[in-house]
Amino acid sequence: MIVNIIGTWIAAGLTIAILSFLYKDNPLYKFAEHLYVGVSAGFGVIYVWAFDLKPMLIDRFIENQGVERWILLVPAVLGLLMLSRWFGKIGYLSRLPLAFTVGIGAGLGITASIQGFLLPQIQATLLPLTTINNIILVVGVITTILYFYFSRDFKGPFKYLLELGIIFIMVSFGASFGYTVMARISLLIGRIFFLLSDWLRII
Amino acid sequence: MNFWQRLGALDRRIIYTVVGLAVALPLLLKIIMPIRVSEPVLNAYKTIDELPAGSVVMISIDYDAASEPELQPMLIAVLRHCFKKDLKVILTGHWALGLPLGEMALNKVAAEYNKKYGVDYVNLGYRPGYSALMVGIGREIRDFFATDYRGVPLDSFPFMRTVHNYNQIAVLVGFEAGATGDAWVQFAGARFGQKIILGATGVVAPDLYPYLQARQICGLISGLQGAAEYETLVKSIGTATLGMPTQSILHGLIILFIIIGNISYFITRRRKK
Repeated sequence: MIVNIIGTWIAAGLTIAILSFLYKDNPLYKFAEHLYVGVSAGFGVIYVWAFDLKPMLIDRFIENQGVERWILLVPAVLGLLMLSRWFGKIGYLSRLPLAFTVGIGAGLGITASIQGFLLPQIQATLLPLTTINNIILVVGVITTILYFYFSRDFKGPFKYLLELGIIFIMVSFGASFGYTVMARISLLIGRIFFLLSDWLRII
Repeated sequence: MNFWQRLGALDRRIIYTVVGLAVALPLLLKIIMPIRVSEPVLNAYKTIDELPAGSVVMISIDYDAASEPELQPMLIAVLRHCFKKDLKVILTGHWALGLPLGEMALNKVAAEYNKKYGVDYVNLGYRPGYSALMVGIGREIRDFFATDYRGVPLDSFPFMRTVHNYNQIAVLVGFEAGATGDAWVQFAGARFGQKIILGATGVVAPDLYPYLQARQICGLISGLQGAAEYETLVKSIGTATLGMPTQSILHGLIILFIIIGNISYFITRRRKK
């Protein structure tokens, strides 16, 4: 119970310290900002140790036998090589695990993008032009793609298609911006709600 | 300096104070507004609601404290729905800083419905490298999560003995503050046909609508509004429902500021000419 109260007071103090930036930059804000970065980094290190290195590498190396045990040396060595960046002369060795990571990322990403994004999205755009929504969607996709077709200078009637594409892009930006405003307000509501309910207990 | 010029040069701190009051007052007065449920949220609700009791729902915590006000009420509402329907919940996460938030919500809601750890829900914890993990779960979940977050073997939990890959997971619900939602759709959804519901922050939600239109996801819960809609559907008033009147008032205020700002700008510009 007492731990919860202390936690709430610390959280409230840090919230006010961060919000104090709205008045002007000050040492309290800087302290809270640095504390957040430090705690996040520390938390990340603990999580990687507790949920990844220890159970997946160290514990398995102790428990496993034969090939399953020794194969674990491969990721362990690759991981250690990543740290070679800190040592100038052997820094180039870090390219090996980086190449491995980039290779896996590209391999997984390319297939996922085609199978999971490009093809289903194209398929979902092939719609019968029987409703207003479908017409807007198809026209929007075509004119937006045309806008990004830079190999030819569009003149005459084609110019209007490009302008229509810009309108669709602007509407999309507007929707994203509107959502972003809503999200930021939600964060402010969350913090004020915390201060009024959990800390001051007046609601 | 005339009225409009003065308005244009208004100290931003006065605007912050007005915004602060506009947030605090509706909360203090506990105003509640009717909430209209949108189709994407209703579809998300229906997808979970139609599952038979005992079905397994995997929940992925892909956010951290910075998105807590939007996504935590969403998570609590979905957990309430799952436990009310006697569904089994598997919690995991790809954002290290978010997992404690998931655990807090899980423990709180489980206690409300007398659900027991290991019998009705488990927490798998966190593993880095989400792309490989999402593909790997399609083969065997134990390759990545041999134990739960406390190191207890998965097979010691009764309902987990039959869960090996996506085939045994009825619905995956991802709460997203970044790009992990795209990965769930592209890896788990496209490759393994996993049914997916996404709950996302307002910033991320517009990028997820194409998946909804293409029926790659079953439902989308967007921002605080989406959370409030889900709370309405599960009939439990939470912080999202309480925050919506403030949200509406503040949106009105921002629109008013934009209009006044523009009038001030154009009048000042004309006078300068």
